[in-house]
Amino acid sequence: MIDVNRKGEVWVFAEQHNGQLEDTPIELLGKARRLADTLGVKLAATLLGDNVKALATKLIHYGADKIYLVEHPLLRAYQTNSFAKVMCELIGKYKPQIVLYGATITGRDLAPRIASEMKAGLTADCTDLQIGDHTTAIDKKLHKNLLFQIRPAFGGNIIATIINPERWPQMATVREGVMLPPEPDIKRRGEIVTENIKLTQQDLPLEILAEHKRPKKVNLKTARIIVAGGAGVGSRENFKLVWDLANCLGAAPAGSRAAVDLGFIDSDHQVGQTGTTVRPALYIAVGISGAIQHQAGMSQSQKIIAINNDPDAPIFGIAHYKIVGDLNEVVPLMIKAIKEKGVE
Amino acid sequence: MGYNCVVLIKQVPDTKRITGEVMNDDGTVRRSALPAIFNPEDLNALELVLQIKDKFGGHITVITMGLPAAGAVLRDSLFRGADDAILLTDPRCAASDTLATSYILSCAVKKIDYDIVLCGRQAIDGDTAQVGPQLAEKLGIPQITYVEQLIELTGRTITAQRNIGNGWQQVKTTLPVLLTVTGEANEPRVAAAKKIMKYKNALTPVEVEKEVRGQISEPRTSVRGADLVEKKCSELSNKGLLIKQWNLDSIGADLSWCGQSGSPTKVHRIQSVVLAAKESKTIEPTQNGISDMIHELIEDKIIA
Repeated sequence: MIDVNRKGEVWVFAEQHNGQLEDTPIELLGKARRLADTLGVKLAATLLGDNVKALATKLIHYGADKIYLVEHPLLRAYQTNSFAKVMCELIGKYKPQIVLYGATITGRDLAPRIASEMKAGLTADCTDLQIGDHTTAIDKKLHKNLLFQIRPAFGGNIIATIINPERWPQMATVREGVMLPPEPDIKRRGEIVTENIKLTQQDLPLEILAEHKRPKKVNLKTARIIVAGGAGVGSRENFKLVWDLANCLGAAPAGSRAAVDLGFIDSDHQVGQTGTTVRPALYIAVGISGAIQHQAGMSQSQKIIAINNDPDAPIFGIAHYKIVGDLNEVVPLMIKAIKEKGVE
Repeated sequence: MGYNCVVLIKQVPDTKRITGEVMNDDGTVRRSALPAIFNPEDLNALELVLQIKDKFGGHITVITMGLPAAGAVLRDSLFRGADDAILLTDPRCAASDTLATSYILSCAVKKIDYDIVLCGRQAIDGDTAQVGPQLAEKLGIPQITYVEQLIELTGRTITAQRNIGNGWQQVKTTLPVLLTVTGEANEPRVAAAKKIMKYKNALTPVEVEKEVRGQISEPRTSVRGADLVEKKCSELSNKGLLIKQWNLDSIGADLSWCGQSGSPTKVHRIQSVVLAAKESKTIEPTQNGISDMIHELIEDKIIA
């Protein structure tokens, strides 16, 4: 751990694979910029890889003041130990007060290893971050300007605000898709700090034999309208209703976890705590009961239409338009109404 | 021949099945009313080592850190085929965050000969997925997280396939290693009837004590009570039915790294999620009702 360091910077781990930046560092930079401004400190990104310097400019455009660049042939592919070693050395040297990671599989693999090695705190899967004060219950000691790490817990049934008052850096992973990416400013300038860190084969205990990545079939995060079906749709065949409604609205089709588990739709389309977090202009929930885990992924939608034959379905608690009825009748009526209005 | 495997398991409240019965009137969840279950992905971790044992032989030790009630998941592990079960229980573990938990577990695991340590990817009460990687760091061994398939195990070399979100990756390393296992890895076997018959009366010492205290009406500290507990424990032990029980002293843990003092993170505030209705209207499931709604959405420029 490092000591409390009020002048410490705010850091974002700039996750990249094969020279491609992930979405999460961009999403994080927007929020981290505001945190750094509130604290009056610089915002930096740590960029680790082999031949990745070109990404530094992009990170600066999205709000970073400074880039800690560590390039090494042994950092070409992500491995827990090598990346953790570099991050721990950087943290030990520069003593940032906050370090943020995307809660991607890589972020969730890496951040706990770093936290353990630094003996520092880490909060998983945050959905919001704020700066605030905390008074310790026992000795009434006031800790000013701590990072409030806000996350759902207990399957989403409670929202916990976690703090790390003394054993810094304050670290958190942040759920993908919950922070709005900022607009890039191509005029922004920043500083690139190149660090040389010694790495050997000992730092790479794994051998990566093969890797297969498939492009996501659908990008729910950017969809303006989403039509999502749940277990109530009944079958993969009947899920055609969801696709038809989506097609006539130019919307992205999606499903709840139950629908994915039942094989109605592919997991790329899953909305919810274990799927994608979305915030479209319109979310149409067809035959979705609305478990809290599902709501966690879609409650930020601007308008929500819920269609369900169970008037007590939890989804109605957050719906703007509640339609209690048989989806097999309601959805065709909607398609008809949309076509009549000449919606493209 | 064979591999020594340690599986870390957790008893968790069943957060996935929230029914009306556990809801308060204000829309919050009564957490204490939720049934306690075997953390789902820990079952996948156990199944993965049971398959290793089926193929190569070896020894499976299951450890849980928790309240005395966690004896239930240890018995369940024995029913499914674990060789040894250990309850790590100590009031001084209370308020441990993931860092303190991983420290405590590392002290326990270090007391056992191991080749492979396994955890479920994450527990459904916290969903943090942090304890596995932190434990691997404390043990100073490599980790393979998000394991969805064991590809090969030959000698001291293990190859596993991990989920990387939008695809998979196959990695190879040398034992010892820590794996965290996802729900996709396998279908956990059910308890075997023969093992249930064998272990249904297996108890932890703390359960024995509770049972004995329930039968006699004397004060907690009575000599007779303590004697009865000891007698019963030794009877069970002779039959191989006494589940091991450790505390922080028996694993030699440094108390400053345990519980509240070992936990850098603290809770500032807990808010219950209330499913509150916003501005909303009920639409009749009729042609007119739906047509009006679509019209309104077009007027509001929600749909173009």
